[in-house]
Amino acid sequence: MPRPGFVLDVDRSTPPTLMWHGEGFRLERLPVGSRVVYAPEALEALEDPDGAIRSALLNPLGDSSPLPALLRPGMRLTIAFDDVSLPLPPMQAPDVRQRVIEAVLDLAATAGVDDVVLIAALALHRRMTEPELRHALGNRVYDAFAPHGLLLQHDAEDPENLVHLGLTDQGEDVEINKRAAESDLLVYVNINLVAMDGGHKSVATGLASYRSIKHHHNVRTMQHSRSFMDQEQSALHSSNWRMGRLIAASGVKLFQIESTLNNDTFPSSFSFLQKREWEWSVRDRASFLAVSKALDRTPPKLARSIFHGIRAPHAMTSVQAGEVEAVHQQTTGHVYRQQLVEVEGQADVLTMGLPFICPYNVNSIMNPILVMCLGLGYFFNLYRGKPLVREGGVLIMSHPTPWEFHPVHHPSYIDFFEQVLAETTDPIEIEAKFEESFATDPWYIHLYRTTYAYHGVHPFYMWYWGAHALQHLGQVIVVGGDVRAVKRLGFKAASTLRDALEMASDVVGRDPTITHLHNPPILLADVR
Amino acid sequence: MKALLFERSLPRLASARMAGSVAPGLGSRFGALRLVDTDEPDLPGPGWERIRPLLAGICGSDLSTVDGHASRWFEPIVSFPFIPGHEIVAQRSDGTRVVVEPVLGCAARGISPRCNACAAGDVGRCVNISFGHLRPGLQTGYCTDTGGGWGAALVAHESQLHAVPEALSDEAAVMVEPTACAVHGALAAGDVSGAVVAVIGAGTLGLCTVAALHRFGLPGQLIIGAKYPEQRVLASALGATTVVTPGEVRRAVRRATRSLVVDDRLTGGADVVIDCVGSESSLAEALAVVRPRGRIVLVGMPGRVAIDLTPLWQREIHLAGAYAYGTEPALGRRTFDLAMELVTDAGLERLVSARYRLDRYVDAISHAASAGSRGAVKVAFDLRRSARS
Repeated sequence: MPRPGFVLDVDRSTPPTLMWHGEGFRLERLPVGSRVVYAPEALEALEDPDGAIRSALLNPLGDSSPLPALLRPGMRLTIAFDDVSLPLPPMQAPDVRQRVIEAVLDLAATAGVDDVVLIAALALHRRMTEPELRHALGNRVYDAFAPHGLLLQHDAEDPENLVHLGLTDQGEDVEINKRAAESDLLVYVNINLVAMDGGHKSVATGLASYRSIKHHHNVRTMQHSRSFMDQEQSALHSSNWRMGRLIAASGVKLFQIESTLNNDTFPSSFSFLQKREWEWSVRDRASFLAVSKALDRTPPKLARSIFHGIRAPHAMTSVQAGEVEAVHQQTTGHVYRQQLVEVEGQADVLTMGLPFICPYNVNSIMNPILVMCLGLGYFFNLYRGKPLVREGGVLIMSHPTPWEFHPVHHPSYIDFFEQVLAETTDPIEIEAKFEESFATDPWYIHLYRTTYAYHGVHPFYMWYWGAHALQHLGQVIVVGGDVRAVKRLGFKAASTLRDALEMASDVVGRDPTITHLHNPPILLADVR
Repeated sequence: MKALLFERSLPRLASARMAGSVAPGLGSRFGALRLVDTDEPDLPGPGWERIRPLLAGICGSDLSTVDGHASRWFEPIVSFPFIPGHEIVAQRSDGTRVVVEPVLGCAARGISPRCNACAAGDVGRCVNISFGHLRPGLQTGYCTDTGGGWGAALVAHESQLHAVPEALSDEAAVMVEPTACAVHGALAAGDVSGAVVAVIGAGTLGLCTVAALHRFGLPGQLIIGAKYPEQRVLASALGATTVVTPGEVRRAVRRATRSLVVDDRLTGGADVVIDCVGSESSLAEALAVVRPRGRIVLVGMPGRVAIDLTPLWQREIHLAGAYAYGTEPALGRRTFDLAMELVTDAGLERLVSARYRLDRYVDAISHAASAGSRGAVKVAFDLRRSARS
């Protein structure tokens, strides 16, 4: 029986705490009295994932018919799937998407369906490379579809292949992929790594256009999503739900498949990352030392490539299919079962170590904007109820924050960093003054459509992702970051955690309460 | 009187060039410039008077001369030895102050009738700069007969003098000459209202050009590449809409113009680029960021450069020089008058960052040569309390 999450009170006997620091780690001694929030241990994996998938397809939730009953010869079937941003790190083969899509294709073949198209639901993300597609889908699926032009990547800037389905009662444009909308059946294959993933967001965002996405990917929505991991309190969720219901009302027939993964995030060579420090075995200590020493001597680019080569031993803990809302309700329960940790009260200071990866730098560089997004967007929002840190408190995050960008993946990020952040870091001002020009820039659109670039507007969304935290926090300090880059982000730079805590005392006083978010493996703090 | 004298000595010039290559400004220590006691210059003729500098700026062309990097183009149009210094606010014998418009045109040279350019008030384009009763010298500060601002006294022709209003400080007044260069450069860009204009270089000329464009041109977007924090702050304050580091100019122009990119080249670009540096790399950058049929205005003094002009040909780019000042046809006014107003209205006296006595000329020139990195813009000699004996 895996153990639940745990909140450790640091005392004099507590060993140093491991903090992620990009493509590396720091061992930090937290002040006595600090709390460390650990993720629950990995849930048991499904014994027969393929059997569970088949069972889900045959026994759908909500008012959906079993998948075989929805399939018939001559129909147009579209299978959309989550892109390279999920899961993190990429999982060991076979990927869940491969398992699910193969099962769906088996049923489609049995039913005599021969008009089948696969679509990577990119939203405004970069296109996936062939190796990434092969990893997600498996060679059999890839080779059956890609050579025939039947494996597509959603293009949010292709007016010929978008259809406007109408406006929600809040005036939000709903414009999605034409092939998906006009198919007789759309099957969406999700990997639900965190509570925000899936549900109506899959289609309403993953297959939508900028015109549509901008209605919820904006500062106001983010500042009113507290947090966006908590569906009941998320304006982002509400907007996607309005859109999803309009999509359904427009006649789009959707069969949603969602799967959850356990917290088994790192392979055995990094087993110490899965454990609580005082439980490290001699082997774990040796492994930590070996990895740390090796990293000290490894050039940064090589270290990056080593880390991005990690394949997570994630295992499926659930799979459910059918009507979107019924499916998602059950999925969310499974996510909570794996990730929720009860935490009593907020702290004055929240510390966190940021790892090498976030959803938008798979096989890429964690540039400073993504550092901000990972810390203030994703990790800060890993709460239900209240943030782990009080309003006006201090967030301390550890990451090298290099002034470095992937020129192919993140071209508009460079301009955003060089020009927009040089002028202001205020999300509202940024949105009003700069978003449209980036979003409609023909060069960024060209790069998004024809290369492997994120959409021109994407860095704005990364900044908005942290808007709630920016509004909430009194100060943000980055430990061990490139000073210039950290300053450009509008944050303070500290060389050590001790220095950072000293700096924080100007905001929260000399004897602050401190909570450390020991993440990943991912946890969701249920703050009372 | 005390003065800094620049002599024509080939060994010293070679030494200056070598020293200047090691560190900009080092030519002042090992080169052809030295502090001397010398006689005050004689009055060359009627209309001339002796004036006494209060402040005299150090400009990029001075630094280039001191470090032995100036183009040989100038050899027949200067006369040695000379006392440098052409950014001058000085005092007349009656105690009133003047700034010197240093170009030595027909009137100053006693040539009559004046050439067409001088007759039109466009003295910067005078065709007689080596003739008349003065020895060669395109400007005061490069002519052996006139002296220059880096000495306790010089002579100037009445046609060169512009009265300084009482309210204008010496620091503001010494900025008039470089500002006039910038005004001339900005107006040489033509009608830039609503256009995307990029300025390369954020030293004195670059910053004054930004101020001039902001006042006289009203471009839609005014982009400048500024290396140092102080320069960035000043550029914004003077009217730049986008201030980036020099390495970011190309990206900033691309974004402003929504240009596409082929290889690392923009397919479009800025309507106008004003190069306030004049180096090989700045001119190459200007060519890289200007649009087809756009205009490059060269305000910074160039030298010999090796550059691929294929884009100039293929994209039909206009490359224009902008030297000195005169009368601005677009506004029908003397450049110096426009500059005087701009200095006052834009508060350009704030660009004067440091003042040195003449006997500290090595420090002064070193400071001027590394002004940006030391948080400075304009460095000037202060002759108000020194160097008179």
